Amino acid sequence: MAAAVVIEHLKKKYGATEAVKDISFHVEKGEIFGLLGPNGAGKSTTIRCLCTLAKPDEGKIEVCGVSVRDRPKEARKYFGYVAQEVALDKMLTGRELLKLQAALYHLPSALARQRIEQLLNLLGLQDYGDQKTGTYSGGLRRRLDLASGLLHQPQLLVLDEPTVGLDIESRFVMWDFLRQLREAGTTVLITSHYLEEIDALADRLAIIDRGLVLAEGSPSQLKDQVGGDRVTLRIREFTPPQEAQQAKQQLQTLPFVEEVIINEAQGHSLNLVVQRDCNPLTQIEQNLQSIGLPTFSLAQSRPSLDDVYLAATGRTLMDAELAAAGTRDIKKEQKQAMKS
Amino acid sequence: MSQSILPNSSNSLAPNPALAEMTTGENELANFVQETLALTQRLFIQLQRRPSTLMAGVIQPLMWLILFGALFYKAPQGLFGFDVNYGQFLAPGIIVFTAFSGALNAGLPVMFDREFGFLNRLLVAPLTTRYSIVAASTLYIIALAFIQTGVIVGASALLGAGLPGIGGLIAIATIVFLIVLGVTALSLGLAFALPGHIELIAVIFVTNLPLLFASTALAPLSFMANWLKWVASFNPLTYAIEPIRYLYFNSDWGLNSVVMTAPWGEMNFAVVLTVLVLFDGVVLALIQPLLRRRFA
Ligand SMILES: Nc1ncnc2c1ncn2[C@@H]1O[C@H](COP(=O)(O)OP(=O)(O)OP(=O)(O)O)[C@@H](O)[C@H]1O
Ligand SMILES: [Mg+2]
Repeated sequence: MAAAVVIEHLKKKYGATEAVKDISFHVEKGEIFGLLGPNGAGKSTTIRCLCTLAKPDEGKIEVCGVSVRDRPKEARKYFGYVAQEVALDKMLTGRELLKLQAALYHLPSALARQRIEQLLNLLGLQDYGDQKTGTYSGGLRRRLDLASGLLHQPQLLVLDEPTVGLDIESRFVMWDFLRQLREAGTTVLITSHYLEEIDALADRLAIIDRGLVLAEGSPSQLKDQVGGDRVTLRIREFTPPQEAQQAKQQLQTLPFVEEVIINEAQGHSLNLVVQRDCNPLTQIEQNLQSIGLPTFSLAQSRPSLDDVYLAATGRTLMDAELAAAGTRDIKKEQKQAMKS
Repeated sequence: MSQSILPNSSNSLAPNPALAEMTTGENELANFVQETLALTQRLFIQLQRRPSTLMAGVIQPLMWLILFGALFYKAPQGLFGFDVNYGQFLAPGIIVFTAFSGALNAGLPVMFDREFGFLNRLLVAPLTTRYSIVAASTLYIIALAFIQTGVIVGASALLGAGLPGIGGLIAIATIVFLIVLGVTALSLGLAFALPGHIELIAVIFVTNLPLLFASTALAPLSFMANWLKWVASFNPLTYAIEPIRYLYFNSDWGLNSVVMTAPWGEMNFAVVLTVLVLFDGVVLALIQPLLRRRFA
């Protein structure tokens, strides 16, 4: 059985910007696959190439075994696409928009009516179906967009940052819905720059940064690869730097401690990497006592995706976001987008 | 067959590969009709909820008709032809120019769809051909042009310009259709090619009035400087205006009636219609790569 998505050595430039340098990954049927990366990583560009909206410079792309570059018209039947920016026609009602969408996918009208009602109900839109989309809140707009991506019962649903700008509640509703979709057998490809989102949802993921895939696997595989457990230690609520240094030197001598980093941004707390399956907390506390330092808080955890991300890229996702924030020229991109 | 593709209501989130198969291939024409009608319907819903465009599009030509008629009211009798006043002369010009202006603007909604992201919805859908976007806009613009033409023909009749017979009216409709088709396609092509609505509006702005003045809408070829006469004789608007004017002035007409005298010679009805058809064909062929460019 063909994979839901095959992308091999995808490359895409916008002028001098290499939006996608070399991206490869497979999405198996029936899984939720996450593309995780900071702003400007190349997520949307990859998705746009997959969904036939952008022409790749190089590389192989297949949806359900159909080459997107050779047979775009056929490939379009197999996926539903929910874009990063929701674009509805504000003069149409929700029902009218779905009806239009159904016709674009050539659904027979009886089936279209049935699907529209089903999806309005499933997404809690029954009361809004006859209101103009111009009156919808952000959450309603997203839900309607999701419904429109599912009308033709595609094997693959592609969502580009579907929870950006949603409140926590709506985000959970969305997650829950995507899980139901997977249970029903639909493959889901989702991009996000929220670690928790991908961690909570994805069966497998690829971390991408600056147009490259840095890691691919299931969340637990990737976490296992980055090794030991994480320990976060606060000596005081706000630790003086010299005490933090002192503690660091002391703790580095312990045999099970692999690494100690002082996190200045978090009031000089200490982040330790320790061997798996040891019980380090009491020993750490005693060690600190022996050099006269108190313990304000001490916690052990399995590595998170953020640790995976840090190990793969050498920076935390948040740092990457901050670095990217200043560099994008949205005006210029819009211009460029209109050209291509 | 249709039973098997109905979704299992207990699980409406499940994929249904049979649906993709079923909507494939066999019936390309039915699919084309379906997508085109749906896109056309969208435009009419917009019009119905925002009728001001149509109102303006009807009021403006009426004002042209009345104002220009009054402007040349005392022009010497017979200046525009034997036994013809300027109002009568003008009506065909206004009909064609109104239809032309509407068609020239046809690309604007598409451009806004592009800028707004709505067009992506159409581009990721398995449309049989992107010409359905062109076809929908054309149907819509043609319907508007027919409404406007009807109003102008009616108003001109009231103002004393007379009324062509049933055959004449059908001929007028055909000519309006031909000119609108070509210009609409041109405007849609520009909507795909130009970077944004500012540029499209600029193009509309610089072509609209010059094409009017470089046609026979306001004055006959015989009034014009020689160079302009040549320009006007290549202007597609002239090829729409002259036959309609002939229909207004002559109750018996046929395909071989001479309707236009260009600097290089006389042209009859059939020739003029052929030119309009060729114009449409050339434009449709020209915009093909523009539609295709966006990863067809
Ligand atoms: N149309 C465009 N024209 C020019 N440059 C572009 C265009 N689209 C994207 N880029 C550039 O390509 C890179 C990748 O952009 P892309 O939109 O794919 O990132 P992303 O991962 O989706 O980011 P975000 O999380 O902000 O949506 C960025 O550096 C961006 O500036
Ligand atoms: Mg993006």
